[in-house]
Amino acid sequence: MTQANSQASSILRDATKAIAITLTAATLHLTGCAGVTQDASLYRALGGEQGIARLVDRFVEEISYSEDIAPFFADTDPDRFREKLSEQLCNISGGPCEYTGDSMRDSHSGMSISEADFNKTVDLLINVMNKEGVPYPTQNRLLKRLAPMRKDIIYL
Amino acid sequence: MATTTRAATSHSSFRQGLSRIFHRWLFSPGALIRICTLIITAIAMLPIAHAGEGKILAAPGVTQIEGSAGGGLTPWAVLAGYASRDDIAGSVFSSRVGVDDYRLDVWGGALNFYDRVEISVAHQKFDLKQAGAEIRQDIYGAKVRLYGDLIYSEWPQVSTGVQYKRLQDTAIAKAVGAADEEHGTDFYLTASKLHLGAVGGYNLLWSIGVRATKANQLGLLGFGGDKRDRYSAQVEAALAVLLNAHVAVGAEYRQKPDNLGFAEEEDWSDVFIAYFPNKHVNITLAWVDLGDIAGQDNQRGAYLSLTGYLW
Ligand code: HEM
Repeated sequence: MTQANSQASSILRDATKAIAITLTAATLHLTGCAGVTQDASLYRALGGEQGIARLVDRFVEEISYSEDIAPFFADTDPDRFREKLSEQLCNISGGPCEYTGDSMRDSHSGMSISEADFNKTVDLLINVMNKEGVPYPTQNRLLKRLAPMRKDIIYL
Repeated sequence: MATTTRAATSHSSFRQGLSRIFHRWLFSPGALIRICTLIITAIAMLPIAHAGEGKILAAPGVTQIEGSAGGGLTPWAVLAGYASRDDIAGSVFSSRVGVDDYRLDVWGGALNFYDRVEISVAHQKFDLKQAGAEIRQDIYGAKVRLYGDLIYSEWPQVSTGVQYKRLQDTAIAKAVGAADEEHGTDFYLTASKLHLGAVGGYNLLWSIGVRATKANQLGLLGFGGDKRDRYSAQVEAALAVLLNAHVAVGAEYRQKPDNLGFAEEEDWSDVFIAYFPNKHVNITLAWVDLGDIAGQDNQRGAYLSLTGYLW
């Protein structure tokens, strides 16, 4: 009885180990190989053109309410910003749009945007997505495509 | 004989462990005061706290049993608290692990300087329930981020750290044959990465590290032993998935050295669920398997930990 149990428990432990190692290896493999797949599923999940337009509208509204972030946009033409951001979100989510705005580096340099500013802005976007009922996995997929841009936005 | 009883009831030992932990942790006066202070401090800081903006929710991980930021058992490359490269973050924590024959209480705090350096202090109190004895140990930790960002860099975040351990109660370490019953230092190197939307849109975090150590059962049974008295490399790994912005579930594995002749030391593992209601507190609950400890086999039970991020 005792033996059987301790044997079972050591098998359980070995199994846990094996699973952990396999999962880690699989993760490393998957994340190492998987490029960004540019199919339109994320675009559709965001609600297509209309969904993105609504997100951008509310995002601009949220920005204007934020004491920390609004000052960055003091001299910005809101219509142009709305248009360019919509194009960009459409484009990176796999939608049928061309991004015609400036590069991330050009449009954010000279502003000294900090890590904290960046995060607050991301938090505003997440709030907007929550309010618009964008599911959590869809939010993550969008953030994944925005994340690589950070290095061309902060501390410039 | 005791083993049979334990083994036969092991399926319910999680429940028992849990209720044990809740009772003793929540209802012992010292702990109660500690927890209340922690919660009140965290809540009191809410309106004035301006930290908590440098990282997204849950990014600092939780606090491991030696006081470093990480999972529950293993340090990760992340540094404690939500500090960005422009600010300093402070946090305090309190944890309890209750297994069949032992109980470990840990409390302490950490400072994060500019998301570059983490300094931590932890006090451990290890109760041997049957013997009615206790072993206390202090751990001073430092961790430096060498490269990257958990989320934003292309490659994983990499950190290296030390944990200097000083035993206050040395009699048991001496009795079981530790080569050094007073102090020891662990060194570790760890890499961690959070992949946004990696599995079906869910964020996935992994961490893997290697530790050079002579510590027997964290150092509570001294450092080095009759079987081996030199540093050995031990692997530590963790894997977690964020179910939503506030809840992470995962598992950890920690390889252990086996330096003492009198009893076997086994590898540790756990499965955990961590809750991040906001950027000021985190509560983690785990089911741990600590294997054999000092001749008592199948030490399993529950782990409960609370971290408060003060600023
Ligand atoms: C991943 C995150 C971000 C993305 C994808 C993004 C995207 C964009 C786009 C597409 C434009 C329009 C470029 C153009 O007019 O040609 C823009 C402009 C702008 N962005 Fe961002 N941005 C991000 C983060 C931030 C942050 C964190 C801030 C400040 C806290 C910021 C402040 C601005 C400002 C002030 C402008 C207007 C510049 C001007 O008036 O010319 N952005 N951004």
